[in-house]
Amino acid sequence: MLALDKVARTVLWQELVKGFALTFRYMFKPKVTLNYPYEKGPLSPRFRGEHALRRYPNGEERCIACKLCEAICPAQAITIESEPRPDGSRRTTRYDIDMTKCIYCGFCEEACPVDAIVEGPNYEFATETRAELIYTKEKLLANGERWEREIAANLERDAPYR
Amino acid sequence: MTAELFVWWMLALVAIASAVMVVSAKNPVHSVLFLILCFFNTAGMFVLAGAEFLAMILVVVYVGAVAVLFLFVVMMLDINFVRLREGFLNYLPVGALVGLVLLAELVLVGATWALKEPGPGVAVAEGIDNTRALGRLLYTEHFVVFQIAGLILLVAIVGAIALTLRQRVGVKRQDVARQVHRRPEETVTLVRVETGKGV
Amino acid sequence: MAELFASTIWPVLLLVLRILGIVVPLLLAVAYLTYAERKIIAAMQLRQGPMVVGPYGLLQPLADGLKLFVKETVIPTGANKVVFILAPMITFILALVGWAVIPFGEGLVLADINVGVLYLFAVSSLGVYGIIMAGWASNSRYAFLGALRSSAQMVSYEIAIGFIIISVLISAGSLNLSEIVRAQQEQGWYVFWHFPMFVLFLVAILAETNRHPFDLPEDEASLVTGYNVEYSSMTFALFFLGEYANMILMSAITSVLFLGGWLPPLAIWPLTAIPGPLWLILKICLVLFVFVWARATLPRYRYDQLMRLGWKVLLPLSLAWVVLTAGVVVAFRTAPA
Repeated sequence: MLALDKVARTVLWQELVKGFALTFRYMFKPKVTLNYPYEKGPLSPRFRGEHALRRYPNGEERCIACKLCEAICPAQAITIESEPRPDGSRRTTRYDIDMTKCIYCGFCEEACPVDAIVEGPNYEFATETRAELIYTKEKLLANGERWEREIAANLERDAPYR
Repeated sequence: MTAELFVWWMLALVAIASAVMVVSAKNPVHSVLFLILCFFNTAGMFVLAGAEFLAMILVVVYVGAVAVLFLFVVMMLDINFVRLREGFLNYLPVGALVGLVLLAELVLVGATWALKEPGPGVAVAEGIDNTRALGRLLYTEHFVVFQIAGLILLVAIVGAIALTLRQRVGVKRQDVARQVHRRPEETVTLVRVETGKGV
Repeated sequence: MAELFASTIWPVLLLVLRILGIVVPLLLAVAYLTYAERKIIAAMQLRQGPMVVGPYGLLQPLADGLKLFVKETVIPTGANKVVFILAPMITFILALVGWAVIPFGEGLVLADINVGVLYLFAVSSLGVYGIIMAGWASNSRYAFLGALRSSAQMVSYEIAIGFIIISVLISAGSLNLSEIVRAQQEQGWYVFWHFPMFVLFLVAILAETNRHPFDLPEDEASLVTGYNVEYSSMTFALFFLGEYANMILMSAITSVLFLGGWLPPLAIWPLTAIPGPLWLILKICLVLFVFVWARATLPRYRYDQLMRLGWKVLLPLSLAWVVLTAGVVVAFRTAPA
C-alpha cells in the first residue's frame, strides 16, 4: 500500500501540484506592500530622520553652543564653532552636520539640554550630489521651521515616556 | 531570368563563397560560422528545388546539432591555428589532388544523371509530398537496409558507452527517486526542548 | 509598368504588410508580457508590481523600452565586433521568423508549408547560435560559461521536444500545422490523448527558452546573468525581446500542437461565435501564464539535475510514448494512410 502511495505521488506530480497551488492561492491574497510614493507607512514619534535645529516660539534659536552633541556624536559628523553674540549670549557661528557620516543614532538629540537639535520625521531627503548632504546651520534652521509642527507634536507624544 | 532562378543562383554563389571562407578564414570560429552559412544556403536551394523535407532536416541535424558541437569543440580547444597553417603550401598539392578527384566524380555523377532517363525512383505520384515519398522509400522499400543502419548506430553507441563506463567505488550520488519519496513523517521528528536543557 | 506593379510589386507589398501585421502586434505582446510577468509574480509574492508609470503601471514597458533605446551601446574592446553585433540580431530574427507558419485561424497563415512543424523545430534549434555567438564574441568568462550551459541545455532538450512532436505527428498524420489543428477537430484535442506529453512539452519548452526553473544560462548568482553580461542598450534589448518573443512562439506551438489551435473548446454556439484567432491568443496567454507561474513557484535547478531530467527522464518517457502512440495508431488504423 505504501509503495502504491509513493508511486501515485510520483506519477501525479504531487509536490509540483502542491507548490503550484500554493502560489496560485497567494495570487489572490491582499497585497502587503504599499504603493510607496503615494502611500506611506505610519512612523513612530521616536523616528530618527533628517536633522533640524529648532527655535523658541519667540523666534530665538534654541542652540546655546554647548557642543554636547558634537562631543557625543559617535561618527563625528557634527562641527560647531561659537562666539558671543553682540547681546552677550553664546551662540553658534557654524553648525554643520555631515549627513554622509551621520548614523542616525539620535545621541545628539538625547544630549541636547534645550531640545535644539532633533531628528525629525522626514526621511525623503536624497540628493544628487554629496555636497548637498553637508548640512549647514541655515539648512538645519530651515528644516526646523519646515518641520516644527510635526517635531513638536512628536516630542509631546513621546514626553510621558522620558 | 525568373525571380526564383535568380534567388537560386544567389544562394548557390553565397554557398560557394562561404565554403571558400570555411577553408580560408583565419579564425576557426569564423570558419564554423561560415560553414553554418553554407548549410543554410544549401537548405535554401533544397527548398527551391522542391525538397523542403531535406532542407529542414539539413537545418535541424547539421546546423542545429552537428555544427553546434563543432562550434563547441573549436571554441573550447586552445589550438594555435596560425601554426597549423604554416605547412599550408606543402599540403596544397595533395589537397588539390583530392579536390580534383572529388570534382571529377561530381561531374561524372551529374553527367550520367543528366543523360539518363528519369528512373522509377524519381517519378513520384501526383499529390504526394516529398516527406511522404521519402517515408515510403525509407520505411517500406528499403526497410531492411534502414533497420541495419540503425542497428549499426546502436552498436556504435553501446560501444562508446562500454568504452567510457567504469565502476568507481566511494562515489556519492544523488538518488532523486529516494529524495522525492522521503516524507516528513519519516525524516523529521518534532522535539519539545525544555528551556536551558538542550536536546 | 502597371503589369509589373500587379505581378510583382503588389504581392510583395502585400506580403510585407502581412508580415508587419504579425510582427507589430507580437512586439507589443512582448512588451506587455514583461508587464504581465512582473504583475503576476508580484501578486504571487504579495507585492504590487509596477504602479508608477501610467495607471496601474500600464506604461511601464514603454518606459523600459525608451530607457534601453537612449542608453549607450558598449562594445567591449576584446570583443569580436561583427559576431558580437550579429548575435542579438540572430536571436531576435529567429524569434520572429517562426511565426511565419503559425496558423491563426482556418487559412490564416503567412506560409502554409507542408513541413511546418519541422520548420519550427529547425528555427528553435537555431536559437542556440545567437546565445553561443554572444557568449564567445563577448570575450568574457561569465558570458562564455553561460553560452556553453545554454547550448548544451538547448541541444539536450531539443531531442525530447522532437520526440514529443513526433507523437503528435503520428496521431495527426501530417507535418502541416493547419492539418494538425484540423486533425484535432476530428480526434479531439491532443492535450487529452497525449496529456503526459503535454506536461513534458511544457517542461521542455521552459528549458528550451532558458526560463525558470531552467534559467541556468542567466544564473545571476553564479554567472552574473550569463551570456548577455557584456551587452547593453539596443543589443541587450534585442536579446530581451528575442527571449520573450521565443516564449510566445513556444506557447503558440504548444497551443497548436496540443490545445487545438484556433478551435473553441466545445463546438457549441456561444463559443463558436468567438473568432478563431482570439481562441488561439487565449490559449497562448494560458501557456504564458504557466511560464510565469513556474517562475514564481520553482527554484532554479542545479546543472547536473537539469541534464539528468533531460536525458534520463524526458527522453526515455517521450521515446516510450512515441512507440506507444505508433502502436496504437497501427493497431487501430486511426491515422490517415
